[in-house]
Amino acid sequence: MANMVRRHTTSARLWRGGLYTLLIVAALVYLLPLVVMLLTSLKPLDDIRAGGLLSLPSTISFEAWSKAWSSACTGMRCNGMSGYFLNSIAIVVPAVAISSFVGALNGYVLTKWRFRGANLCFALLLFGCFVPFQVVLMPMARTLGWLGLASSTGGLVLVHVVYGIAFTTLFFRNYYVSIPDEMIAAAKLDGAGFWRIFWRILLPVSGPIITVTVIWQFTQIWNDFLFGVSFAGFDSQPVTVALNNMVNTSTGVKEYNVDMAAAMIAALPTLVVYVLAGKYFVRGLTAGSVKG
Amino acid sequence: MSALEIRNVDKTFGIEKVLKDISLAIDSGEFLILVGPSGCGKSTLMNAIAGLEPVTAGEILIGGDDVTWRTPAERDIAMVFQSYALYPSMTVRQNISFGLEMRKMPKAQREEAVSRVAELLQITPLLDRKPSQLSGGQRQRVAMGRALAREPQIYLFDEPLSNLDAKLRVEMRTEIKKLHQRLGTTIVYVTHDQIEAMTLADRIAVMRDGEILQLGTPDEVYNDPVDMFVAGFMGSPSMNFIPVTLVKRDAEYILRVLDEQDVSGTPLELPWPAAREVPALHEHVGERLVLGLRPEHFVEDEARMETVYDGTEIEVIATVVEPTGADTLLQARLAGHEVTVRLAPKTHVVAEDRVALRADLSRAVLFDGKTQRRLA
Repeated sequence: MANMVRRHTTSARLWRGGLYTLLIVAALVYLLPLVVMLLTSLKPLDDIRAGGLLSLPSTISFEAWSKAWSSACTGMRCNGMSGYFLNSIAIVVPAVAISSFVGALNGYVLTKWRFRGANLCFALLLFGCFVPFQVVLMPMARTLGWLGLASSTGGLVLVHVVYGIAFTTLFFRNYYVSIPDEMIAAAKLDGAGFWRIFWRILLPVSGPIITVTVIWQFTQIWNDFLFGVSFAGFDSQPVTVALNNMVNTSTGVKEYNVDMAAAMIAALPTLVVYVLAGKYFVRGLTAGSVKG
Repeated sequence: MSALEIRNVDKTFGIEKVLKDISLAIDSGEFLILVGPSGCGKSTLMNAIAGLEPVTAGEILIGGDDVTWRTPAERDIAMVFQSYALYPSMTVRQNISFGLEMRKMPKAQREEAVSRVAELLQITPLLDRKPSQLSGGQRQRVAMGRALAREPQIYLFDEPLSNLDAKLRVEMRTEIKKLHQRLGTTIVYVTHDQIEAMTLADRIAVMRDGEILQLGTPDEVYNDPVDMFVAGFMGSPSMNFIPVTLVKRDAEYILRVLDEQDVSGTPLELPWPAAREVPALHEHVGERLVLGLRPEHFVEDEARMETVYDGTEIEVIATVVEPTGADTLLQARLAGHEVTVRLAPKTHVVAEDRVALRADLSRAVLFDGKTQRRLA
């Protein structure tokens, strides 16, 4: 962007100055909640009672973080977030892996092994992207009951996989559409079959779209609250549900610093994933339009 | 036994017939080119041979075996694609050996095959590069290497040169011909470029609308076309088509060139050579026919002594002179009809000149104006 000729009149400069000011203010407003959360989580309770959301802590203390992690009360239990954090991981990892894999396979079949009705099939799958969560709660609860998966980690994984396939299929289909069919034809002539072509030819060039899908699915499933609160058992509640329970626990003193630390803990994994892989996310979203 | 035989193959997409009763056979070591305008079915026919698309009816035999319902992998063929279709995640070496690996060839033999074709195509220094690090011409070579490594019964080339720039295309064309002469491979080659077809083929199949119009040697297709389409498609600049009326005077056939602009004047009359008479002409006396003369069937009257050239005298009016270096193309009006004439490069003709030419009617062809079929 630096490589550009700009107008050098006074009014143009003023406009540009105004524009930057607006952008900076907007960015600050956007960042404010995070700053408040972080500051609050590091303050002792006395500082918080003294008021001043943005005041700096008198002493920096990680006590609230350690309490939130291991001993804060969520409802009846007082073991902190750690157990629920692990529950979330136990749900997210298999759900992301399975839904991404099935999505890749669907995308592969829908573009490279086309069958009669493939387009209709894809259109119906796409429909799944637009079904609101609330609609499926009751039928899903019954289904999980029949399958004997009610109130279990496995049940939640299944729900997220089913719900995620629509999105993952969309991502992979649109990516694979841009991969020339001649490449697949060449592999067929070389003697490779359905799975060989998938593993050896297609997956190795799917890096960008795998990244996009994994980030998307990870964020969706980690941040899910509704399915978690509806279908999880007492021992399989994800971190989002635990956070809600902790903040709503009404016994004793309201410890804002612990609440904030717990919220940070719950939000951290998606932040980390985005920071680590974010640039691939943007690249992957536009990958279809760039020649490979 | 033919290396490849196609028997009465039909292919329909919905209600559209893309291939109509195609039959042909080629011998081992033969170079067959399928040529035609886009949409003529040549690529569909190639995909049918490869097994990438099923045929609606008919049989395909490779080396005497009916392979109509075999998968591409089971057909013992290799194909070079227009887009090269290299595997982007693999090195050149892996690209070439992938097909061998799929066929469970032991590693030592695979490496031997890779170095053999790499040497043949002079791509040994590129073996550890990825396709994205190669130029168009190099990718083309790798794609050919991938096919050659397998040593299949038949090689299929689907417009392999059309993504290259003009200079490289000519170079690779020569290279493909050299390879064919050296290895004696059986090749089916699809192109829409009639020059590629003429220069490479042992035999050419000219296709249009899902049919083979003519199957013959380049010489036959060029000099002995079966109809106006083949005559017009092969050769650049294309054959001149001049509408004429067939007249019989005494024992001689005369072609009267119709001049729409100048109906009152004496029409130009060209005698049809007696040596080229065929009995069928008798039925067409008085009808409108089309005379086909290639640009090189003319020569400047004053140059004819040098070429020991005899022919019928005609006069044209030059409209555009296009020197190409090797020769000069002249766009001219012959009795009101636009024609292209190929002249010697040192001609002094300029636009608007009246030019005395000789037309070699002994090499001309005559078509029925209505059916467009060849008469003589």
